[in-house]
Amino acid sequence: MKETAYWTWFIIAGIVILVIAGLHMVVMHLPMFGVFNPESGAVTDWGNVAFRSQNQFLAFTYIILLGAVLYHGFYGLRTIVFELGPKKSFQDGFTVILWIVGLVLFGIGTYAAIAAKALETAL
Amino acid sequence: MANKQFDNHLGIVGWLGGGRWGVERYLYILHRLTGLGLLLFLLMHIFASSVRMYGPESWGVAMAILKNPVFKLGEFCVFVIFAFHALNGIRLIFIELGLAVGRAEEPVYPYKSSLNNQRPLMVVAMVLVAILIVAGGYNTFFGSH
Repeated sequence: MKETAYWTWFIIAGIVILVIAGLHMVVMHLPMFGVFNPESGAVTDWGNVAFRSQNQFLAFTYIILLGAVLYHGFYGLRTIVFELGPKKSFQDGFTVILWIVGLVLFGIGTYAAIAAKALETAL
Repeated sequence: MANKQFDNHLGIVGWLGGGRWGVERYLYILHRLTGLGLLLFLLMHIFASSVRMYGPESWGVAMAILKNPVFKLGEFCVFVIFAFHALNGIRLIFIELGLAVGRAEEPVYPYKSSLNNQRPLMVVAMVLVAILIVAGGYNTFFGSH
Protein backbone atom coordinates (compact mmCIF):
# COMPACT_ATOMS: atom_id res chain seq x y z
CA MET A 1 0.00 0.00 0.00
CA LYS A 2 2.83 2.37 0.90
CA GLU A 3 4.59 1.53 -2.37
CA THR A 4 1.39 2.25 -4.32
CA ALA A 5 1.16 5.64 -2.59
CA TYR A 6 4.82 6.37 -3.40
CA TRP A 7 4.18 5.43 -7.05
CA THR A 8 1.01 7.55 -7.28
CA TRP A 9 2.87 10.59 -5.95
CA PHE A 10 5.65 9.85 -8.45
CA ILE A 11 3.15 10.11 -11.34
CA ILE A 12 1.53 13.22 -9.86
CA ALA A 13 4.97 14.81 -9.43
CA GLY A 14 5.75 13.99 -13.08
CA ILE A 15 2.63 15.82 -14.25
CA VAL A 16 3.42 18.80 -11.98
CA ILE A 17 6.95 18.94 -13.44
CA LEU A 18 5.57 18.85 -16.97
CA VAL A 19 3.38 21.88 -16.31
CA ILE A 20 5.74 24.01 -14.19
CA ALA A 21 8.96 23.10 -16.01
CA GLY A 22 7.08 23.93 -19.24
CA LEU A 23 6.32 27.35 -17.78
CA HIS A 24 9.96 27.67 -16.68
CA MET A 25 11.10 26.89 -20.25
CA VAL A 26 8.76 29.54 -21.67
CA VAL A 27 9.95 32.15 -19.17
CA MET A 28 13.64 31.38 -19.70
CA HIS A 29 13.79 30.61 -23.41
CA LEU A 30 10.96 32.51 -25.10
CA PRO A 31 11.63 36.13 -24.14
CA MET A 32 8.79 37.34 -26.39
CA PHE A 33 6.63 36.47 -23.37
CA GLY A 34 8.32 39.37 -21.63
CA VAL A 35 6.00 39.72 -18.66
CA PHE A 36 8.54 37.98 -16.42
CA ASN A 37 11.56 39.68 -18.00
CA PRO A 38 10.78 43.41 -18.02
CA GLU A 39 14.40 44.60 -18.44
CA SER A 40 15.90 44.67 -21.91
CA GLY A 41 18.73 42.21 -22.48
CA ALA A 42 19.11 38.55 -21.62
CA VAL A 43 16.81 36.67 -19.26
CA THR A 44 19.86 35.97 -17.08
CA ASP A 45 20.72 39.68 -16.72
CA TRP A 46 20.59 40.74 -13.08
CA GLY A 47 17.59 43.07 -13.49
CA ASN A 48 15.44 40.24 -14.87
CA VAL A 49 16.75 37.73 -12.32
CA ALA A 50 15.97 40.11 -9.43
CA PHE A 51 12.50 40.82 -10.85
CA ARG A 52 11.67 37.12 -11.14
CA SER A 53 13.10 36.44 -7.67
CA GLN A 54 10.72 38.99 -6.16
CA ASN A 55 7.68 37.69 -8.01
CA GLN A 56 5.49 35.78 -5.52
CA PHE A 57 3.94 33.55 -8.18
CA LEU A 58 7.28 32.46 -9.66
CA ALA A 59 8.88 31.94 -6.23
CA PHE A 60 5.94 29.73 -5.23
CA THR A 61 5.94 27.71 -8.45
CA TYR A 62 9.72 27.21 -8.27
CA ILE A 63 9.46 25.80 -4.74
CA ILE A 64 6.67 23.44 -5.86
CA LEU A 65 8.77 22.48 -8.90
CA LEU A 66 11.80 21.84 -6.70
CA GLY A 67 9.83 19.51 -4.43
CA ALA A 68 8.24 17.69 -7.37
CA VAL A 69 11.53 17.23 -9.22
CA LEU A 70 13.39 16.00 -6.15
CA TYR A 71 10.64 13.50 -5.32
CA HIS A 72 10.26 12.29 -8.91
CA GLY A 73 14.01 12.05 -9.47
CA PHE A 74 14.86 10.28 -6.23
CA TYR A 75 11.92 7.87 -6.53
CA GLY A 76 13.12 7.05 -10.05
CA LEU A 77 16.67 6.49 -8.79
CA ARG A 78 15.31 4.30 -5.98
CA THR A 79 13.32 2.20 -8.45
CA ILE A 80 16.35 1.68 -10.68
CA VAL A 81 18.54 0.65 -7.73
CA PHE A 82 15.87 -1.67 -6.30
CA GLU A 83 15.51 -3.45 -9.64
CA LEU A 84 19.12 -4.54 -9.28
CA GLY A 85 17.93 -6.73 -6.40
CA PRO A 86 19.64 -5.39 -3.25
CA LYS A 87 18.83 -6.83 0.19
CA LYS A 88 15.87 -5.52 2.17
CA SER A 89 18.16 -3.86 4.74
CA PHE A 90 19.93 -1.98 1.94
CA GLN A 91 16.59 -0.94 0.44
CA ASP A 92 15.40 0.47 3.76
CA GLY A 93 18.66 2.35 4.39
CA PHE A 94 18.76 3.68 0.85
CA THR A 95 15.20 4.98 1.15
CA VAL A 96 16.06 6.82 4.39
CA ILE A 97 19.20 8.35 2.81
CA LEU A 98 17.22 9.55 -0.21
CA TRP A 99 14.62 11.16 2.05
CA ILE A 100 17.34 12.96 4.04
CA VAL A 101 19.28 14.14 0.97
CA GLY A 102 16.05 15.20 -0.74
CA LEU A 103 14.85 17.20 2.25
CA VAL A 104 18.26 18.90 2.65
CA LEU A 105 18.31 19.89 -1.04
CA PHE A 106 14.72 21.06 -0.80
CA GLY A 107 15.71 23.19 2.21
CA ILE A 108 18.66 24.74 0.34
CA GLY A 109 16.60 25.52 -2.76
CA THR A 110 13.69 26.92 -0.74
CA TYR A 111 16.02 29.05 1.37
CA ALA A 112 17.61 30.42 -1.84
CA ALA A 113 14.19 31.26 -3.30
CA ILE A 114 13.10 33.05 -0.12
CA ALA A 115 16.46 34.80 0.45
CA ALA A 116 16.54 35.99 -3.16
CA LYS A 117 13.15 37.67 -2.67
CA ALA A 118 14.82 40.09 -0.27
CA LEU A 119 17.25 41.34 -2.89
CA GLU A 120 17.11 44.86 -4.21
CA THR A 121 15.60 45.01 -7.65
CA ALA A 122 18.55 46.25 -9.64
CA LEU A 123 22.01 47.66 -9.52
CA MET B 1 25.08 -13.61 -15.62
CA ALA B 2 22.08 -15.05 -13.79
CA ASN B 3 22.05 -14.45 -10.07
CA LYS B 4 21.99 -17.48 -7.72
CA GLN B 5 19.09 -16.13 -5.70
CA PHE B 6 16.87 -15.25 -8.68
CA ASP B 7 17.50 -17.20 -11.85
CA ASN B 8 15.87 -14.48 -13.95
CA HIS B 9 17.94 -11.71 -12.41
CA LEU B 10 20.43 -10.24 -14.88
CA GLY B 11 21.63 -7.18 -12.96
CA ILE B 12 23.15 -4.25 -14.88
CA VAL B 13 23.51 -6.31 -18.06
CA GLY B 14 19.80 -7.13 -18.03
CA TRP B 15 18.99 -3.54 -17.25
CA LEU B 16 20.91 -2.20 -20.25
CA GLY B 17 20.25 -4.97 -22.74
CA GLY B 18 16.95 -4.82 -24.59
CA GLY B 19 17.43 -8.12 -26.38
CA ARG B 20 14.69 -8.72 -28.94
CA TRP B 21 11.98 -6.91 -27.03
CA GLY B 22 11.43 -4.22 -29.61
CA VAL B 23 11.96 -0.50 -29.71
CA GLU B 24 9.79 0.18 -26.63
CA ARG B 25 12.25 -1.78 -24.49
CA TYR B 26 15.09 0.44 -25.68
CA LEU B 27 12.99 3.55 -25.02
CA TYR B 28 12.53 2.21 -21.48
CA ILE B 29 16.32 2.04 -21.06
CA LEU B 30 16.73 5.49 -22.57
CA HIS B 31 14.00 6.84 -20.30
CA ARG B 32 15.93 5.73 -17.24
CA LEU B 33 19.29 6.98 -18.51
CA THR B 34 17.79 10.38 -19.37
CA GLY B 35 16.13 10.43 -15.94
CA LEU B 36 19.50 9.93 -14.25
CA GLY B 37 20.99 12.65 -16.46
CA LEU B 38 18.20 15.07 -15.53
CA LEU B 39 18.67 14.27 -11.84
CA LEU B 40 22.38 15.08 -12.12
CA PHE B 41 21.58 18.32 -13.94
CA LEU B 42 19.01 19.25 -11.31
CA LEU B 43 21.51 18.90 -8.48
CA MET B 44 23.92 21.24 -10.29
CA HIS B 45 21.08 23.61 -11.23
CA ILE B 46 19.94 23.97 -7.61
CA PHE B 47 23.39 25.18 -6.57
CA ALA B 48 24.01 27.30 -9.69
CA SER B 49 20.69 29.14 -9.45
CA SER B 50 21.03 29.57 -5.67
CA VAL B 51 24.02 31.87 -6.31
CA ARG B 52 21.52 34.70 -6.91
CA MET B 53 20.94 35.04 -3.19
CA TYR B 54 24.53 36.33 -2.81
CA GLY B 55 23.79 39.35 -5.00
CA PRO B 56 24.64 40.70 -8.47
CA GLU B 57 28.45 40.34 -8.28
CA SER B 58 28.32 36.63 -7.50
CA TRP B 59 25.59 36.13 -10.06
CA GLY B 60 27.68 37.92 -12.71
CA VAL B 61 30.67 35.65 -12.00
CA ALA B 62 28.49 32.54 -12.28
CA MET B 63 26.90 33.73 -15.54
CA ALA B 64 30.33 34.57 -17.02
CA ILE B 65 31.34 30.94 -16.44
CA LEU B 66 28.07 29.61 -17.89
CA LYS B 67 28.48 31.70 -21.08
CA ASN B 68 31.18 29.26 -22.18
CA PRO B 69 30.11 27.48 -25.44
CA VAL B 70 30.53 24.12 -23.70
CA PHE B 71 27.68 25.06 -21.35
CA LYS B 72 25.60 26.25 -24.31
CA LEU B 73 25.95 22.80 -25.83
CA GLY B 74 25.23 21.28 -22.43
CA GLU B 75 22.06 23.38 -22.18
CA PHE B 76 20.89 22.00 -25.51
CA CYS B 77 21.67 18.43 -24.39
CA VAL B 78 19.59 18.99 -21.25
CA PHE B 79 16.72 20.23 -23.41
CA VAL B 80 16.99 17.16 -25.66
CA ILE B 81 16.86 14.71 -22.77
CA PHE B 82 14.11 16.71 -21.08
CA ALA B 83 11.98 16.66 -24.26
CA PHE B 84 12.48 12.92 -24.64
CA HIS B 85 11.90 12.11 -20.97
CA ALA B 86 8.76 14.28 -20.77
CA LEU B 87 7.03 12.95 -23.88
CA ASN B 88 8.08 9.36 -23.33
CA GLY B 89 6.86 9.77 -19.74
CA ILE B 90 3.43 10.90 -20.99
CA ARG B 91 3.36 7.83 -23.24
CA LEU B 92 4.19 5.59 -20.27
CA ILE B 93 1.45 7.18 -18.13
CA PHE B 94 -1.06 6.55 -20.94
CA ILE B 95 -0.02 2.91 -21.07
CA GLU B 96 -0.02 2.52 -17.27
CA LEU B 97 -3.59 3.82 -17.24
CA GLY B 98 -4.57 1.32 -19.94
CA LEU B 99 -5.03 3.95 -22.62
CA ALA B 100 -3.85 3.37 -26.19
CA VAL B 101 -3.15 -0.33 -25.60
CA GLY B 102 -6.27 -1.64 -27.33
CA ARG B 103 -9.11 -3.70 -25.91
CA ALA B 104 -8.63 -7.02 -24.18
CA GLU B 105 -9.27 -9.92 -26.58
CA GLU B 106 -9.58 -13.70 -26.47
CA PRO B 107 -6.14 -15.29 -26.88
CA VAL B 108 -6.85 -16.85 -30.26
CA TYR B 109 -3.89 -18.02 -32.36
CA PRO B 110 -2.11 -16.25 -34.04
CA TYR B 111 -1.83 -14.11 -30.91
CA LYS B 112 -1.76 -10.37 -31.24
CA SER B 113 0.80 -8.43 -29.25
CA SER B 114 -0.44 -5.37 -27.40
CA LEU B 115 2.79 -3.74 -28.58
CA ASN B 116 1.19 -3.46 -32.00
CA ASN B 117 -1.60 -1.38 -30.47
CA GLN B 118 0.86 0.78 -28.54
CA ARG B 119 3.17 1.48 -31.44
CA PRO B 120 1.26 4.41 -33.02
CA LEU B 121 1.44 6.22 -29.67
CA MET B 122 5.19 5.63 -29.56
CA VAL B 123 5.59 6.94 -33.12
CA VAL B 124 3.56 10.08 -32.36
CA ALA B 125 5.54 10.71 -29.15
CA MET B 126 8.89 10.33 -30.90
CA VAL B 127 7.85 12.60 -33.80
CA LEU B 128 6.88 15.25 -31.24
CA VAL B 129 10.24 14.77 -29.51
CA ALA B 130 12.01 15.32 -32.85
CA ILE B 131 9.99 18.50 -33.52
CA LEU B 132 10.76 19.84 -30.04
CA ILE B 133 14.47 19.06 -30.45
CA VAL B 134 14.64 20.97 -33.74
CA ALA B 135 12.71 23.93 -32.27
CA GLY B 136 14.82 23.89 -29.10
CA GLY B 137 18.05 23.70 -31.11
CA TYR B 138 17.01 26.69 -33.18
CA ASN B 139 16.09 28.62 -30.04
CA THR B 140 19.31 27.69 -28.23
CA PHE B 141 21.78 28.42 -31.02
CA PHE B 142 19.99 31.11 -33.05
CA GLY B 143 17.55 32.64 -30.54
CA SER B 144 17.87 36.23 -29.38
CA HIS B 145 18.39 35.46 -25.65
